[in-house]
Amino acid sequence: MILFLLKGLVRDRSRSLFPVLTVVAGVALTVTLYSWVKGTETDLIQASAAFSTGHVRVVPRGAAREADAPASDLALDGLSALVEELRGAHPALTWTPRIRFAGLLDLPDANGETRAQAPVTGLAIDLVAAASPERGLLNIDRALRRGRLPQQADEILVSDALFDRLGIRPGDTATLIATTRFGSLTTANLRVVGAVRFGVSAIDRGAVVADLRAIQRALDMEDAATEVLGFYADRIYRDGPARVVAAAFNERAGRAGDARATGGHVVDGDAVPVMSALRDQAGLASTLDLARLVTRTLIAVFVVVMSIVLWNAGLMASLRRYGEVGVRLAIGERKGHVYGTLVAESMMVGIVGSIAGTLLGLGISYYLQVRGLDISAFLKNASMLISDVLRAEVTPVSWVIGFVPGLLATFLGTSISGIGVYRRQTAQLMKELEA
Amino acid sequence: MKRGAWLVGLLLAAPVFAQPPSGDAILARVDANIGSDNKVSHARMIIEGRGATRTIESKSWIRGMRESFTEYLAPARERGTKMLKLGDELWTFFPETDRTIRISGHMLRQAVMGSDLSYEDLMEDPRLSALYTAKVAGEETHRDRPCWVLELTARSPGIAYHSRKMWVDRERSVALREERYAKSGKLLKTTDVLEVTRSGSRWIAHDVLFKDVLKAGRGTRFEVISIEFDATIPEHVFSKAILRR
Repeated sequence: MILFLLKGLVRDRSRSLFPVLTVVAGVALTVTLYSWVKGTETDLIQASAAFSTGHVRVVPRGAAREADAPASDLALDGLSALVEELRGAHPALTWTPRIRFAGLLDLPDANGETRAQAPVTGLAIDLVAAASPERGLLNIDRALRRGRLPQQADEILVSDALFDRLGIRPGDTATLIATTRFGSLTTANLRVVGAVRFGVSAIDRGAVVADLRAIQRALDMEDAATEVLGFYADRIYRDGPARVVAAAFNERAGRAGDARATGGHVVDGDAVPVMSALRDQAGLASTLDLARLVTRTLIAVFVVVMSIVLWNAGLMASLRRYGEVGVRLAIGERKGHVYGTLVAESMMVGIVGSIAGTLLGLGISYYLQVRGLDISAFLKNASMLISDVLRAEVTPVSWVIGFVPGLLATFLGTSISGIGVYRRQTAQLMKELEA
Repeated sequence: MKRGAWLVGLLLAAPVFAQPPSGDAILARVDANIGSDNKVSHARMIIEGRGATRTIESKSWIRGMRESFTEYLAPARERGTKMLKLGDELWTFFPETDRTIRISGHMLRQAVMGSDLSYEDLMEDPRLSALYTAKVAGEETHRDRPCWVLELTARSPGIAYHSRKMWVDRERSVALREERYAKSGKLLKTTDVLEVTRSGSRWIAHDVLFKDVLKAGRGTRFEVISIEFDATIPEHVFSKAILRR
């Protein structure tokens, strides 16, 4: 029976070509858009994790409450002990302390007077230590555009754009003017040894990457940092487990805070460390939920639009096949059977169209995954941590997601248009056929 | 009859004698009390921040209203840091990096040594009568002292605080409390004089609590350890060369 229907479809192209093309277009668009949104979501997660949130992040409670970027006056004290504790309690994650800071980078002339100056945002990481995971986490080797990587604590990297803007030469000494954790103005002489470009406009505009120890010294933050980030070894964010880790840590840290309080010491509630999973930081939950909503809405819209188009195609086919259906009913075929074969035909159209559409969509998605789309022109003043080149991401779901609208739309379209079969009056058939 | 006329005259004149001085006159007295050609002071700032309390000691040489030089003496991290104000320019020397940085633009809003005082506060002309017009808003008792309550309004735009409210000790001409406001009417800073001492013919605010209302922490106490008015200060103190000495 299936073979019979399939032969009918192949031999009568006017019955199958337009519906198949409609399904192919819809499915290809669904697959491409899903992969595109997925790629953007993944990029946002990876960029946010690498530069800002980690998969989990520990900050003092006061900093978590106040702003996205931790302030140096609310630092995590007793850093070594805290990192040791985190490594012991949660070995599945790689833990790394960081200091985020802001200030002015001042280039002196031969007389020590200001030659060039620019505001900078800084990231102090464990940059020099051989065992540091930071080079991998931030892809620093790949981001290096000029000069070399730092080998001493007082050596820094600056963004490529800043390098050009300030007219820096590799090896130049620059003075960082910033405020200590206590609010005093401070200066530190640092040697610029290279320029980096991470491909994230918000970072590349004016970033300084420095070694943690140099910045600890400059900002009066001995054995302190603004945050400790935790990353899963495979760099893939897992929301559920990350939240479990955060909840367990917060329970322990809260108990420790209470114990210190009852021990008669003054405990500043703002200084108690708290851990948050990536999704719970910097408004990412709403952004990720929005991405998911967009994907689902797109699929729903395609299902509805394609259903209407295929319904219309079905109606036109019914008109064209009016005589055929009449003959089939006249020779005794049951209406249910006729209706069933129409639906079965449409499912075949749906399957063929979905396969072709998925292949086409995957092809476009792979192209966008490899080449990407440069949106840096739109990100000049953006503060969101997202790559300048947006890429699609082909996931296992990309292979199957097109079948949802492909099959559902053809099924719905034919189911509605096929109802006309039940409206045919047997008594009128001969008259209609004579005409 | 003559005696009666004298009494009537006295009664009529009484309201005239009871009239408070104008706000501008009171402000001029406040300026006159602190004004001096040359001053050398040794002071201590106790900064009670969000996380910790720090004490910073400094020595200042002040000439007139527009020139001053400050050297920080303690703690060890700040020792040797110097600050020179020459008219509208402010320079800071950091011994660790051997750099002299001109403080300008948005940096003027930064806190001095993390205190509740900004560089902008330091740059301000201490003669308030040059910057503000004042009117008397009333009389109140503050810290058991009878005070004039003055409302000050900036004479021109661009002044750090658009308006101020001031409680001036009627007898000593010392501002015992001040509230500093932005143009929007938002309270930005308060100062409370905790102790007043006499130095010759002047009354000195010996211990003052500054509080930046927009900042966490309990404020900054500024204690004058010693002060010498009309001191002799060598000319070279007010040159940029002093910073690297």
